[in-house]
Amino acid sequence: MADLITTLLTIAVAVGAILTTVAYLILLERKLSAWMQDRRGPNRVGPFGVFQPLADGLKFLIKEDVIPARADKVMFLAAPCIGLLTTLLAFAVVPFGPVNDQPAYLRFIIAPHVDIGIVFIFAVTSLAVYGVILGGWASNNKYSALGSLRASAQVISYEIPLGMSVLGVALLGGTLNLENVVAAQAQGGFWQWYIWTQPLAALIFFTSALAEANRLPFDLSECEQELVGGYHTEYSAMKFALFFLGEYTHVITMSFLTVILFFGGWHFPWIATPGSAYVGAWLVKVLVLLSKVFSVIVFIMLIRWTIPRFRFDQLMNLSWKALIPLSLANMIAVMTVRQFGWNRWWLLPISIGLFCFVGIIGVSAKRAEIRHRHGASQGAGLHPLGGAGI
Amino acid sequence: MPLELAETSDPGAADQEYLWTLNFGPQHPATHTTLRLVLTLDGENVVDAAPHIGYLHSGFEKLGEYLDFNQYVTIVDRMNYISPIANELSWHHTVEKLLGIEITPRCKYVRTILGELMRIHDHLLNVGAVALDLGAFTAFLYAFTQRERIYDIAEYASGQRFHSSYTRVGGVLFDVNNDWAEKVRQFVEGFKPVHAELHRLLTRNRIFIDRTKGIGVLTAEDAINMSVTGPLARASGVVRDLRKDEPYLAYPDLDFKIVCARGGDCYSRYVVRMQEMQESLKIIEQAVENIPAGPINVDAVTDITLPAKPAVYRSIEGLIQHFEVLMPNRGYPVPLDEGYGATESPNGELGFYIVGDGTTRAYRARTRPPSFIHFAIFPHLIRGHTLSDVVAVLGSLNIIAAELDR
Repeated sequence: MADLITTLLTIAVAVGAILTTVAYLILLERKLSAWMQDRRGPNRVGPFGVFQPLADGLKFLIKEDVIPARADKVMFLAAPCIGLLTTLLAFAVVPFGPVNDQPAYLRFIIAPHVDIGIVFIFAVTSLAVYGVILGGWASNNKYSALGSLRASAQVISYEIPLGMSVLGVALLGGTLNLENVVAAQAQGGFWQWYIWTQPLAALIFFTSALAEANRLPFDLSECEQELVGGYHTEYSAMKFALFFLGEYTHVITMSFLTVILFFGGWHFPWIATPGSAYVGAWLVKVLVLLSKVFSVIVFIMLIRWTIPRFRFDQLMNLSWKALIPLSLANMIAVMTVRQFGWNRWWLLPISIGLFCFVGIIGVSAKRAEIRHRHGASQGAGLHPLGGAGI
Repeated sequence: MPLELAETSDPGAADQEYLWTLNFGPQHPATHTTLRLVLTLDGENVVDAAPHIGYLHSGFEKLGEYLDFNQYVTIVDRMNYISPIANELSWHHTVEKLLGIEITPRCKYVRTILGELMRIHDHLLNVGAVALDLGAFTAFLYAFTQRERIYDIAEYASGQRFHSSYTRVGGVLFDVNNDWAEKVRQFVEGFKPVHAELHRLLTRNRIFIDRTKGIGVLTAEDAINMSVTGPLARASGVVRDLRKDEPYLAYPDLDFKIVCARGGDCYSRYVVRMQEMQESLKIIEQAVENIPAGPINVDAVTDITLPAKPAVYRSIEGLIQHFEVLMPNRGYPVPLDEGYGATESPNGELGFYIVGDGTTRAYRARTRPPSFIHFAIFPHLIRGHTLSDVVAVLGSLNIIAAELDR
């Protein structure tokens, strides 16, 4: 009984905290983009605009809720719920703090000791695309349909490198349980963080996570300038807000996973180690983890406001021609190292070598293509920058 | 990486029912003004596109027959509202050509500086909008901050930020002073780092290059056949710039180059615009240091500009001339003749064709707007590309709807 109450309370706290965080992440994103673009950002509601999320939430609640004519009503209503539910569900197995050394009445994971944690997360987050597909299809709008078609192809393509890059970490740690992944890194100290032995996997994971979460440069399913709003063109009021919450929750989950899988979770040298015995060590560990996650989220935002977006065929090329072969090669390297019991540090040069190898192939293929194209078409012989001296 | 042009079959055939018709605009975030494209899609590939005009029709050319040469400048402003003063220059260049007026050297220099500022103004918006359409929002706002500085300069000269209505037949509305020149100098200095920053954000950005290179290719031959002008033609390798070919204003005195590229794609258009901004800065730098002294209006020799205020208040001749210019039934003689004059506006050759009937109102005031011609070539550029390329090509054409529907 006490266990049930603890679980319910943990769920309530976790979901409440995530949704509030999402609201303030949106404010943070607006402030951050304003800072990057020499603007001021929201500053009307409260000091520095801190009550802006409340105003936005209120606005979402009282706006007119439109269901377009001839839309599939059931699907139209179900889609945003699916989108948010699945992303929240994935959070069940994500540890957001240490799991052993906190007071008994606290728990930093909703479902502890799930040995298939990573598999569970991928199973559930890939369901989130159903929300997008159903929403786009049910809207009876061509822009929405195009957006949802793009989303389905994109998510399927990026699930593969995402999963395969994590398999390297799972093989190294010998576990799919996220708590144990963190524990393995914490035991070995700073140099045991998987970012050192799996930098390539971390890069692939992060890139694919951006694509999974529909963030720029991969936000093709909702890109405003082409598809108006993509799959959520027809959504308004709270249903739109649910899609929005789902998207940001996805970002949070992916940031947690990046930190837990590659950056040592709550571990930080000297401050938060398995041996830390000072009072409140558990709190420090939670704060360490959260600040790491925060840094990743801010990094994702910086990316969004800096670079343009891919075209659909380029997105597919990136996944099928670069990320999937790379993650496969990386996985084979890990398997080989594990099988023959070599020093794990061999993985670092292997990762860098693989990256350079594929990079060189990519660049030379590009060069060949440009040469080919210029040979074929007249009038395009000169590089536009030739002699311009930029 | 750029797409190979896809094989597309005849959209009119009966077995093509799987093709989608997508209404792109008139209300769409990427059609920055009110224009409409009806796209025929095969999945993501564009089979055909039909540009529609008429959503901003306001009878500008007809108004040109009812307003006199000075009043019509307010309408001309609103044609390409991205670079208003460039339109005014063109209009009054044509009127002065018809009337046979040679404007003063000071006026030439001031108009040149403003014309080049407007070129930067227009190109900044376009470069920013291309980046915005491709998803790079930050570059857009960097460009817009600098456009504000140019608005300030236009406001200082004319008293109006956006639609300045600054030029007059035979001169300008107000003379400029040293503070204005100082403002221009400050802008030039402040703009250089931003220009460099835009280069760093976009020019060598892998995604940006992939999205724009080889997209919407216009060959030099097509550019000439379809009477494309301005940065678009120059990006296709057509060396044509009215500032050099038919020099007007102070351009013969100034040292600058014409920027050309041979790619003919969206990227070349972007690069040409970026480099033209640099050349414009060079022109402004030279011109602002060499503004000649003397009167800005030609009132000393003719009676078609308003006399100076002291002359109006202190002499009967001045007062009479003032009313001669302003009263509707008076005015100055206009030859019974017709004439075409064109200037190199930021968007291309902006020309006016005026038929004079002896009064200060034109019998016909036809506009040759670059946007109209550039919008017409859009289907030619987009066929076989994808839906994502529509925004890239549309952005690189820089179409201003108010200019389409005069």
